[in-house]
Amino acid sequence: MEKLNGLRCRECGRHYAAAPIHVCEFCFGPLEVDYRYDVLKGVVTRESIAAGPPSMWRYKDLLPIEGDVAVGHHVGFTPLIRAQNLADELGCREIWVKNDSVCHPTWSFKDRVVAVAVTKAREFGFDTVACASTGNLANSVAAHAAEGRLKSYIFIPADLEQGKVLATLVYNPTLVAVHGTYDEVNRLCSEIADKYRWAFVNVNFRPYYSEGSKSHGFEIIEQLGWKTPGHIVVPCAGGSLITKIWKAIKELKTLGLIDGVSTKMHAAQALGCGPIVTMIKNDTDVLVPVRPSTIAKSLAIGNPADGYYAYKTAKESGGFGEHATDEEIVEGMLLLARTEGIFTETAGGVTVAAAKKLIERGVIPRDESIVLCITGNGLKTPDSLQDRLDAHVKIKPSLSAFDRALADLKSQTS
Amino acid sequence: MPVLVRIPTPLRPLTKGSAEIQAKGETVDSLIGDLERQYPGLKDRLLDEAGELRRFINIYVNQEDIRFLQAKKTALKDGDEVSIVPAIAGG
Ligand SMILES: Cc1ncc(COP(=O)(O)O)c(C=O)c1O
Ligand SMILES: [Zn+2]
Repeated sequence: MEKLNGLRCRECGRHYAAAPIHVCEFCFGPLEVDYRYDVLKGVVTRESIAAGPPSMWRYKDLLPIEGDVAVGHHVGFTPLIRAQNLADELGCREIWVKNDSVCHPTWSFKDRVVAVAVTKAREFGFDTVACASTGNLANSVAAHAAEGRLKSYIFIPADLEQGKVLATLVYNPTLVAVHGTYDEVNRLCSEIADKYRWAFVNVNFRPYYSEGSKSHGFEIIEQLGWKTPGHIVVPCAGGSLITKIWKAIKELKTLGLIDGVSTKMHAAQALGCGPIVTMIKNDTDVLVPVRPSTIAKSLAIGNPADGYYAYKTAKESGGFGEHATDEEIVEGMLLLARTEGIFTETAGGVTVAAAKKLIERGVIPRDESIVLCITGNGLKTPDSLQDRLDAHVKIKPSLSAFDRALADLKSQTS
Repeated sequence: MPVLVRIPTPLRPLTKGSAEIQAKGETVDSLIGDLERQYPGLKDRLLDEAGELRRFINIYVNQEDIRFLQAKKTALKDGDEVSIVPAIAGG
């Protein structure tokens, strides 16, 4: 099946042959994979998808992979959970959690994008992959490079959480810690990518890489029984995930797999790094970059490449956006853990906190269905909770000591 | 005011393949004027019809995004380094 038409500039529409390139030479607009929906229509059906593997690759026909999947065979098809305890707590009828904190193998949705990018790097014959990362991408690129027997160079801001540094180093990449913000790391990588012939997943492989995020959206719709929810709340850093979930929903419509689309897409960001939500609140398509200062380091991109498209996604779908303070982020993490037994990282705390505010302000009506995108695992960012949590009872190993402690506890809470 | 300008791959066809070129200008704006004199066509690639920097291009003076400085009015001095960088994704 000839399903791909090379690449196409998202801004001026110029065509390019399929290659490891990411910007239009004429207008600098981002290049996107161009699918032949006429060929895909009727071939990709609810049944053909259901017959696929229990992973993101059940949507392989809608991803830019032409040969066999090279790495990450088990990525995706993560649980979509009816979060009734959380809904009760927030006074809502229907909340769902799309739980990518258990995405295999590195516990964030980044495994989806990286599985596509590394497979594509192999298709193009590269022997080295690289990335600039706020943490999760680093873990995932290092892991998939190891699996694919490729060399990897990983660039991170030097102040990244220890957990994310260790969970990268364990795969034995070349890890380069840069003294600077993520945006500075990114600029450096763009210059490095120009000089060395590597597959930079988020630079020259961006058109392929970013398509992987669509699978998060496809799964939500399939798992809801091929229905679109009223609202999806998405954590934003570069702004790609929210844009691609929206694209996924529209593709399903184009292919006739769903009838109408009425979903409103909402952006969630930290107050200390929220340029996309600021655009939405100010209703302007001009992005003003910021210098990040937030505990949500995985979302700390002050100059998001897809900020413009993320803004347009919220706008076009009728959604909105909300900022969360560091304190609200921690409360969000604790709320999800306490009500649903799901331990998410700071990015998930941002999503929960932003959703709560949007509900309380009436932007998201309490009787409409809501999906929260929980995109990373809490064990990656334990530092953020260090000062907040402590054992309640510390005792000697004797039953009488425990009896006394329990009596104390009960008298405190009664 | 000779400054070093780093040219990204998509613009190199216009600079006969050069990745780094020397140019002059009191400000980023006048630097773009000099780039256009040396390499006709470059300006159109950097600025839109309204003369504003295109949405998906970032310009850095000595590693600093000019939007944190005085944008196109940012002053330049001898030996400064200017990078032209297309927006890239991340995470
Ligand atoms: C856990 C987590 N959630 C969400 C995001 C946001 O993704 P995007 O950069 O596509 O907006 C990131 C990306 O860095 C992330 O690490
Ligand atoms: Zn273009």
